[in-house]
Amino acid sequence: MASVWRYILAGLGLAALLVGAVAAVYLVLPQPASGPDISRSKKTANALFLASFEPERGVVRQGELQSWLLTLKTAAGAPVEGAAITVSGGMPQHDHGLPTSPQATDYLGDGRYRIDGVKFTMSGWWQLRFAISAAAGSDSVVFNIVL
Amino acid sequence: MHFSWNCSGLLALAALALLGGCGEPQFSDAEKKTIASLALNTLPSLKVDTTNQYADVPAAAALGSTLFFDGGMSRDGTVSCSTCHKIDRQFQDDLPQAVGVGHTNRRTMPLAGVARNPWFFWDGRRDSLWAQALTPLENPLEQAGNRAAFAHYMQKRFGERYERIFGPLPNLSTVPANASPLGSDAEKAAWKAMPASQQEDVNRVYANIGKAIAAFERSIEPEQTRFDRFAIDLATGAAPQGDAAFSPEEILGLKLFIGNANCVTCHNGPRFTDNSFHNTGVPPVDGLPLDRGRVDAVAQVQADPFNCLGKFRDGDESACRELRFMVKDAPQILRAYKTPSLRGAADRPPYMHAGQFSTLDEVVAHYSKAPLAVEGVSEVHPLDLSDRERAALVAFLKTLSD
Repeated sequence: MASVWRYILAGLGLAALLVGAVAAVYLVLPQPASGPDISRSKKTANALFLASFEPERGVVRQGELQSWLLTLKTAAGAPVEGAAITVSGGMPQHDHGLPTSPQATDYLGDGRYRIDGVKFTMSGWWQLRFAISAAAGSDSVVFNIVL
Repeated sequence: MHFSWNCSGLLALAALALLGGCGEPQFSDAEKKTIASLALNTLPSLKVDTTNQYADVPAAAALGSTLFFDGGMSRDGTVSCSTCHKIDRQFQDDLPQAVGVGHTNRRTMPLAGVARNPWFFWDGRRDSLWAQALTPLENPLEQAGNRAAFAHYMQKRFGERYERIFGPLPNLSTVPANASPLGSDAEKAAWKAMPASQQEDVNRVYANIGKAIAAFERSIEPEQTRFDRFAIDLATGAAPQGDAAFSPEEILGLKLFIGNANCVTCHNGPRFTDNSFHNTGVPPVDGLPLDRGRVDAVAQVQADPFNCLGKFRDGDESACRELRFMVKDAPQILRAYKTPSLRGAADRPPYMHAGQFSTLDEVVAHYSKAPLAVEGVSEVHPLDLSDRERAALVAFLKTLSD
């Protein structure tokens, strides 16, 4: 009987050791920061519009000049036509702007605007800011893209 | 006895678990993914250059190769593209600044994979390989020629070859022997005196010279190195054999390169470049003219009549998106220079846009220290790498040359 208790004791001791070791490793490792909001669809800052932002061909490729689609709807769900859109952005953790100057190049109907000239030259956290001006008023929205 | 065996077994298991947790695992899954993205086998096949309809025409590449090595393509008959882009030296010249007819202010760039660049020169002042090839031809410090003289030279020396590729040469009988919008005062005056249609004829021949040279240069591609063999074995799970096996120092260097040293931030993809421009605080060289990098190249590429939006482009304007969407006026382009490929870099000191550093040790020390830029803001932050870590990075960089 005594040997069973010794087993249990030894097991508990080892378990404690392992837990301690794992905890130590975990504490030493850099903690992943809670990442930015990477949703592709969101309300603009003052809730004037609902904006969605998607790569036109579905996939994001690092280092390639790509076109994306910005779709704008009013709070009531109607497509936003004739919006004037300016694009800016960069990498907040590197203190630099975008490597290209993306522009709204075409209106494709149904509130969809082609944003061409988007290029992500490195992996990491990128931000694209859109300043939008339309009949309903002016608002802005920021999309986070993490590669 | 029974107890001690079980206990030692448990202890051995625990020790294994601990080793797995905090020993030195070779690479994490994320690291493996990054390493695979750098391997040469991920390099896509070369895209068609729609702006140069002769880019993949063998006769054009053959003529381009002749022109590339022809000293006749210069004012004094002694300087060719190959004077600085030496075929047995990775198409560079080992000098801090290139020397053609005169002494330039920039380091000659190697040519492996050059046709894959969206921008050319250290500052990106040209936007296609064929437009790039034209620039040294008329630069007074490089080949120092002028486009009227080059058009005459083509007719005299290569007329038949030219016409087989590009069609009939224009009538050049009344074109001055020397004329260019960029040349000496006399050449500029001669150019101005030419009718517009004649200027366009000469420009067309000149553009075709660039297109032939570009067709040749498309064949210059990077070669597999020890790193690539290591990366392929890592990706397939095979144990690297022979020279594909990395030493512990090279592994440490690779881990730093893709990890804490942040090199891979800009030196990414199978060519180890993001094809973009960065201010990394590299100091200017005393005695050279003021050099502000990309910020001054924007106006130059916009003004270039041979740029993608100009009339000498083949194909349609959809090929011109890099030019159309380039950054024209952001603070980040002040003293920004192109990220060079690191393939073969260990064998071609000196380094940086004006040969500022004579060894890779100096390069790594620069990035570790990250001094402030003399103008603009350096994107590099101090790393404070140890001697061992700096040496490991250099050891890794050498695996891109072997």
